[in-house]
Amino acid sequence: MRRPKEKLIEKLLAASGWLTILTTLGILVILVYESGQFFADVSVWEFLTGTEWTPLFSKKEFGILPLLTATLLTSVIALLVALPVGLTIAIYLNEYSNRKFRSTVKPMLEVLASVPTVVYGFFALTIITPFLQSFIPGLAGFNSISPGIVMGIMIIPMISSLSEDALFAVPKSLRDASYGMGATRFQTVFRVLIPSAASGIIVSVILAVSRAIGETMIVAIAAGQQPNFTLNPLVPVETITTYIVQVSLGDVPRDSLEYRTIFAAGMVLFIITFIMNNISLWLKRKYHRQYE
Amino acid sequence: MKRSILKNSNRFRFGNLVILAVIALVIASCGQPKKSNEKTGNISIDGSSTVYPISEAVAEEYLALNPKVRVTVGESGTGGGFKKFGRGEIDINDASRAIKQGEIEACEANNIKFIELLIAYDGMAIVVNPNNTWATDITVAELKKLWEPAAQGKITKWNQVRTTWPDKEIHLYGAGTASGTFDYFTEAIMGEAKSCRGDYTASEDDNVLVQGVASDDLALGFFGLSYFENNKDKLKLVAVNDENPENGDGAILPTLETVKDKTYAPLSRPLFIYVNSTAAEKEVIQDFVTFYLEQAPALVKEVGYIPLEDNEIAAGKAVWADFVKAHAVIK
Repeated sequence: MRRPKEKLIEKLLAASGWLTILTTLGILVILVYESGQFFADVSVWEFLTGTEWTPLFSKKEFGILPLLTATLLTSVIALLVALPVGLTIAIYLNEYSNRKFRSTVKPMLEVLASVPTVVYGFFALTIITPFLQSFIPGLAGFNSISPGIVMGIMIIPMISSLSEDALFAVPKSLRDASYGMGATRFQTVFRVLIPSAASGIIVSVILAVSRAIGETMIVAIAAGQQPNFTLNPLVPVETITTYIVQVSLGDVPRDSLEYRTIFAAGMVLFIITFIMNNISLWLKRKYHRQYE
Repeated sequence: MKRSILKNSNRFRFGNLVILAVIALVIASCGQPKKSNEKTGNISIDGSSTVYPISEAVAEEYLALNPKVRVTVGESGTGGGFKKFGRGEIDINDASRAIKQGEIEACEANNIKFIELLIAYDGMAIVVNPNNTWATDITVAELKKLWEPAAQGKITKWNQVRTTWPDKEIHLYGAGTASGTFDYFTEAIMGEAKSCRGDYTASEDDNVLVQGVASDDLALGFFGLSYFENNKDKLKLVAVNDENPENGDGAILPTLETVKDKTYAPLSRPLFIYVNSTAAEKEVIQDFVTFYLEQAPALVKEVGYIPLEDNEIAAGKAVWADFVKAHAVIK
């Protein structure tokens, strides 16, 4: 009898689906519960607007802005590196290069994404920072420009790969029409193809930024561990992820206020990535072009 | 008509392979007969990053003599190590300060008995970048002004500490809050443990601090003397003046002599290891700790700390021997 077996498999598959949903819900529940207890002691306003973060010291300040600016600073630098390079690579591979070149280069790009992040972190600390220090005066040993650049290198494959798929999805008829009107290849790419593939490209950018925001190892090694409310990329800063690592490895007793700062910081991270994901979905839906 | 996939000759070769594999497995599993005096076992050590170089050096020497023993040395900070020690997760805790009451209670709650063994002295070093030409000495009062909680966000320039110093930013690097070095420094300089400003680069890993000070012209940091000794070419030592003429006049640099006779004050401190009584029942731990106490004086000097006097060494060994006897498992 095949029916029971089919039903069993169906149930198993449904269970796997439920497992992922429940795991996400479980994480969310814990984050909300612990953060809720945290915000019983610390006002949300102080948390969101304070400019000093020193929860482990005797003079406790709980303003998350220093950690937030550091996270955003490193992510923006990463994006400034990865977006032009990634997009250019995608355009070149799609429109200009021959098949042989594309088939060799594409797998090599994927290697960039598979380098362990701790290796990237030490690369930033021991090679990129001294190199930058040789021509930027006053660059501290820990800063946000060095891990920013390296994070950018790390997310290039994400942007190039997804943008390339987006460009590839633009139908040939559009390209032919453009050439038929007498446009050069450059004009076709930048005036016709990129606007058409815009939704896919934007989604790839937002995914890459979410990855950069949640990146821990590179910034923990190369950006420093000093909460600093600044937009100066040349000084040590501490990102949200670095803080979480720092406290988890220390001797903070469980169920104390200091312990709950981990969850409050994690909650902020979760909300940022959640908002970014939703923005990307909305943008994708808004700018999606249906061809044929 | 389907032919059998495994032709006769293939099957013969396959069977041979299986037999060969089995023989190889049998031979591999027969190890060399164990020598009766060869030690085996696991020793887990964690705790202070200040004491880490000593424990690591001792572990290396011990492994050279007893290659079958597995020794792991971590550096979660004195406080982080005591947390694990109190839960019975590690055998030995490195500590750059004495155990605190709360930590003693945590051990008692888990029925853990322990012994405190003095192994060396340390002169906590105040360091700056070699390109720093102005800071050659500093007083305890200036250190307090620089590091106390009230300085948070306010004392950000060198000339705010001493008016003759330049009008440039000061970048601070110091131990994190789980570090024994942090507890000791704050107690010695501020007078109250854990009382410190929070806006500096805090890390329990002294190598991070070395890296930070060595790569930043405007940096000032503090950590165990060993980390300075091992990075002499990248760092510059600052002499400390405790403004107490009875205890050595003027600003004093931490050296073997000044730490031993306590003229380098108040930043001379004892370094300990704490051993779990349950662990002390294991022969390999007894052997290791005895080895530690014997080798410490020589190795401590090598890594840059100050060894104990002979009478202190003898006293330590006696204390350890008593502890072992008291907790020995009756075989």
